[in-house]
Amino acid sequence: MPPFVEVNNLTKHFPVQKGFLEAMFSGKRDFVRAVDGISFSIKKGETFGLVGESGSGKTTTGRILVRLIEPTSGEIEFDGQPVTRMNAEEAQTFRRRAQIVFQDPAAALNPRMTVGNAIKHALDIHGIGSDIERREEVLRMLKRVGLTPPDNFHNKYPHQLSGGQRQRVVIGRAMILKPQFVVADEPVAMVDVSIRAQILDLMVSLKQEFGLTYVFITHDLATANYFCDRIAIMYLGKIAEIGLRGEVFKSPKHPYTVALMSAIPVPDPKHKPERLIPRGAIPSPITPPSGCRFHPRCPKAFNRCPNEDPGMTRITSTHEVACHLFDETKAGQ
Amino acid sequence: MQTERGRIIVQLIPQFVRLSKRGMAGWTVLIGSVIVVAVVGMTLLAPWIAPHNPIAINVGPIMAAPSSEFPLGTNHLGQDMLSRVIWGGSMVLQVALISVAMCVAVGVPIGLLASYAGGNTDKGTSLVMDSIYAFPGLVLAIAIAAMLGRGVLNMSLAIAVVYVPSYYRIVRSQVLTIKELSYVEAARALGAKSRSIILRYVMPNVVPSVVSVATINFADAILTAAGLTFVGLGLSVAVPDWGWDLTYGRQLLPAGAWWVIAFPGLMIVLLALGFTLIGEGLSELWSPRLEQ
Repeated sequence: MPPFVEVNNLTKHFPVQKGFLEAMFSGKRDFVRAVDGISFSIKKGETFGLVGESGSGKTTTGRILVRLIEPTSGEIEFDGQPVTRMNAEEAQTFRRRAQIVFQDPAAALNPRMTVGNAIKHALDIHGIGSDIERREEVLRMLKRVGLTPPDNFHNKYPHQLSGGQRQRVVIGRAMILKPQFVVADEPVAMVDVSIRAQILDLMVSLKQEFGLTYVFITHDLATANYFCDRIAIMYLGKIAEIGLRGEVFKSPKHPYTVALMSAIPVPDPKHKPERLIPRGAIPSPITPPSGCRFHPRCPKAFNRCPNEDPGMTRITSTHEVACHLFDETKAGQ
Repeated sequence: MQTERGRIIVQLIPQFVRLSKRGMAGWTVLIGSVIVVAVVGMTLLAPWIAPHNPIAINVGPIMAAPSSEFPLGTNHLGQDMLSRVIWGGSMVLQVALISVAMCVAVGVPIGLLASYAGGNTDKGTSLVMDSIYAFPGLVLAIAIAAMLGRGVLNMSLAIAVVYVPSYYRIVRSQVLTIKELSYVEAARALGAKSRSIILRYVMPNVVPSVVSVATINFADAILTAAGLTFVGLGLSVAVPDWGWDLTYGRQLLPAGAWWVIAFPGLMIVLLALGFTLIGEGLSELWSPRLEQ
């Protein structure tokens, strides 16, 4: 089966805004290399996790996937169609098939639009159904995302809802067009801990009902472990490691992944994990380190690391890692 | 229709009463509104409440001090100052209203479109607007008014040119923030066109700050209109106007006739104060933090 979404060597460089004088006297423009050459593919019905620290490029990747920003270079194929080269009509169809759920539900809803209208606007844009049908559809969706009774919520404004309820509205708005592909950008990061599980369960049940394919963006490893089938670990705009959930969590290969995994808290007071803490802070994406981007912080770095960019090395048919350590062992065999 | 209108009025009254329950800002708006309504009401009812014809000369003695017969005194032409004060707001109010309407009609759409488009459109428009903004307001208004000639519309236009940049700047700063918010991204992800994003997502969130700028701008427009009349660019002397009274009053002041300049001046200050209070209060009431 061909992959549902295929990403090939995707890059996004944002120009750095400079002051007027600075721009006049230095000809060189600086770029933030938010995403710097990543490739992966997603199967239909899969939940694909993009995990990384803030600044790793995971959100940018998510936004490019749903065409909110144009990539600098690289290809994305969505169900066999190139996403970056679509005419207006194809783009409108793509909008119905690919949606996004945002991190901050307070910012994702227009404060001067009622909940009902916020969801209904999607149907208005695509001219789906008559006005009465649209209203009924919206009420059904409100009920489906757990805002019951829907009549109570229909005419409310976002500021009258709680954070969890707002996120349900955001999810409902993304689902009203019955998409097949949804990018969820940290959907529970800003929601109260007590209702995170409910929101995630809602997303799981919607996935089963609509046969969704998710890209789940998070910095929270526990959530990723709970939710994702496959996981890509991102670091400074590149993928460090990619594999099935079990592979990445049970036998992490990349020193960065190993460090992340050792940082997951274990609810056992006697457990004294060997913490592998990377040195220093995450470097600037404007001037990323040469070679492997993790080398200045890597406890296992050796002479190849600053000089050569590691390609992806295959560990199993589903597990790949971008690290010279594994490149080496393979070469030694 | 009648019941519909009735319902709107009934809905407005509790809104108004509720203002007093919203602390300092509510009271500010309330006091400002009372001042403005009183002055506007007085001007509208001038033909019925003014004791004398405001432009008739020699209705009383020349330069008489305030007395029971002429509570605000008379000027050097023997005109009744009380009648002139009651009538005198008409032109100022018309000019302020028209110029504010012109400013909103021009400044807001330009601000919305140029800042939403961004890039060079935004840079070019900002350059023009900032150039106008850099001029001292009254001097620019005098230059334009002198060029256009007399008349309510011409005065309004002269004032509007001066204040369009204020609207542009407030709209631009809001649009720049709003267009980065995720609800605008969400609308784009749903497939909304720029037109519908601007009209349904951006504009409704800009309106509150435009309204508060507009009310403060009313105050500025009133002062500028009076200023234009003061320097002789207003309507003809045959129209009673606070600005003219200031001009004559200034000349009469050395002779000790303080009442000719004091009362019209007080009215201008009062009206400007009323609008400023409403504007300041509204901008505080509508700031998003308090709304939550």
